[in-house]
Amino acid sequence: MAQITYVEAIRSALEQEMRRDDRVLVMGEDVGPKGGVFGATAGLFQQFGEDRVIDTPLAEAAIVGVSIGCALAGLLPVAEIQFLDFIPPAMDQIINEAAKIRYRSNGDWGCPMVIRAPCGGGVHVHGALYHSQSLEALFAHVPGLKVVIPSTPTDAKGLLLSAIRDPDPVCFFEHKALYRSLKEEVPEEEYLVPIGQSRVARAGADLSCITYGATVHEAVAAADRLARDGIEVEVLDLRTVRPLDRESIVATARKTGKVLVCHEANLAVGVGAEVAAIVAEECFQQLDGPVMRLGGPEVPAIPFAESLAEVYCLGPDKIEAKLRQLAAY
Amino acid sequence: MPTNPKTNRTGSRPTSRRAVARQLPHGLTAQQCREMYHKMVQIRHFEDHAAEAYAQAKVGGFLHLYIGEEAVAVGAIAAAREDDHILGHYRDHGYALARGCDVQACMAELFGRETGICHGRGGSMHLADAKRHFWGGHAIVGSHIPIGAGMAYAMQYLEEPLVVLDFFGDGATGNGIFHEGLNMAALWNLPVVFICENNLYGMGATLAEESPVSDMMIKAEGYTMPAVQCDGMDVLSVYGAVQQAAEHCRSGKGPFFVEALTYRFRGHSMADPELYRDKEEVRRWRELDPIPRFGDFLVQHRISSQQELAQVNEEAEAEMLEAVRFADASPWPDPSTAARGVYANPIDPEAAQEALTLAADPAPAAS
Ligand SMILES: Cc1ncc(C[n+]2csc(CCOP(=O)(O)OP(=O)(O)O)c2C)c(N)n1
Ligand SMILES: [Mg+2]
Repeated sequence: MAQITYVEAIRSALEQEMRRDDRVLVMGEDVGPKGGVFGATAGLFQQFGEDRVIDTPLAEAAIVGVSIGCALAGLLPVAEIQFLDFIPPAMDQIINEAAKIRYRSNGDWGCPMVIRAPCGGGVHVHGALYHSQSLEALFAHVPGLKVVIPSTPTDAKGLLLSAIRDPDPVCFFEHKALYRSLKEEVPEEEYLVPIGQSRVARAGADLSCITYGATVHEAVAAADRLARDGIEVEVLDLRTVRPLDRESIVATARKTGKVLVCHEANLAVGVGAEVAAIVAEECFQQLDGPVMRLGGPEVPAIPFAESLAEVYCLGPDKIEAKLRQLAAY
Repeated sequence: MPTNPKTNRTGSRPTSRRAVARQLPHGLTAQQCREMYHKMVQIRHFEDHAAEAYAQAKVGGFLHLYIGEEAVAVGAIAAAREDDHILGHYRDHGYALARGCDVQACMAELFGRETGICHGRGGSMHLADAKRHFWGGHAIVGSHIPIGAGMAYAMQYLEEPLVVLDFFGDGATGNGIFHEGLNMAALWNLPVVFICENNLYGMGATLAEESPVSDMMIKAEGYTMPAVQCDGMDVLSVYGAVQQAAEHCRSGKGPFFVEALTYRFRGHSMADPELYRDKEEVRRWRELDPIPRFGDFLVQHRISSQQELAQVNEEAEAEMLEAVRFADASPWPDPSTAARGVYANPIDPEAAQEALTLAADPAPAAS
């Protein structure tokens, strides 16, 4: 098994799936000869040609719209939106068209497509207000969509293969900070990580920290610090934020009785609120403390200056402090 | 343009139906002409009954009638292959019936019944029938324009000889998605016929209020897309334009833009007091009613007799009365199926069911 990065895992999933099934197409801005701004489609154009690796004009709504049309007509498009921040012009196509196609036809026809987009920022790795957002909650709100946010190279590959084979539209958001920051042994052969199934990133019996995406790594770092004091934190990596893995959320909450939910996205009306509600509804009797949340402040996106970005972003310190607060109950 | 049999070059009057049929424009046969007339009449009667049912509150929501514009859907769809793909906007009854969708299922959909063509999920604006390659009325103005381009991309990629007909109004051309869709279709040489129904209004906005140009085909020019204007009140004119457009697309020459000049005789929807146009204008356009106009053509060309046309109308009336009876007697969708069809594989059927049960529970009595 080779050690590969997160972005290489994505590239490898696309390549494998395109080789396996010639209905799979990739389209987006500069995904062709350039290989995408982050290199997620590097080499695909050379291998599969311009009919399957399609450089599009700068037109997010139509990138998604054309992909929907391809899906209706029997193809399996993977649309790349260059940054998640550029997706709002395509919201109509995603929410009003892709998400509703199966339901409006009473299950007669579907829309098997993937929309990939890099998301997120960080103190050193972001491009400020319009190149750093985590907008997953906007999509997680919509029945008919699935929303996947992998945190490791292994998951990135296995989940992307599942997403491409899924009969329904899948939003696949990739944290930019992860693209090249971690390497992992990833099986070369194909394997599927099921959508809607979380993963225990770190086992523990005292507290639960439920999170996803790049924050998983920050939560594990924070958990390691608590472990030095004998407090064992279980970190649950949701991997998919729609549909949520209710069963595992409930299981970890019942096991530890103390739950912190954290994510980089804005806290209010976010995914964490939904997870907290599930815990409150299903685990009331087993809770030994309030369900706590940690997320982005009431600021529309990550501001540029490092001193301000630090206020926005989480990081192990903030998660550790919150976990200690929770442990005190 | 059709030749008048009375003044054709030989000066002889046609003696048989076959002799006349040879002179029909665009290679049409007499049978195809009768079929187009039949379709227009069906749509007209369907909508008259839909309007009546709406007035009786049997049809709810919004209802947008196509009355006056029937020649556009019928001429265009007749000029396409049976399996060419069709998408359109929310004023969609005409597309569905012109494509041959089941009349009773369409009516039942307006009534919101389980027997409806989308099992009551969509209603009037969202008729669709995948097996007939009719991919729906779309209620978000312009949203289906790139989707049509995408289907055309797939046809090209799969080397299927099918083209896409994508219908929308003049109002849609002000929307960004219209331009994104045309740009991509032209750039990639896609086999899609964009059919703009220019009926002079987008809801209450006049053309002058919504567009800097009054000829929509000018907007295709910037994308180097060939375009023609046709008389949307004349089914033959529409047929000819779309026949030319579809041939162009099918031969690999890329997209084509057809602008049909037409007019809706009724308000934008059933709740439109029509303060933005005067009655005289409506009266003038009503004189161009595409149905009697084409009826006259059929009679002049001895394709049908007046009696035969009257019979077509009577039969359509009876068919629609029956469709209304069918719709009215059809069951409502079972509430327990409300969460069906959101995903191919239900995500958590139990939770979905539970949420529905809770929603349906009466409020607990105060204790
Ligand atoms: C995106 C969007 N904006 C606004 C509306 C409300 N609306 C419905 S129809 C319409 C006018 C459309 O006019 P046109 O495209 O000319 O079609 P017509 O009704 O004349 O057939 C408007 C504004 C809508 N359905 N979708
Ligand atoms: Mg209009």
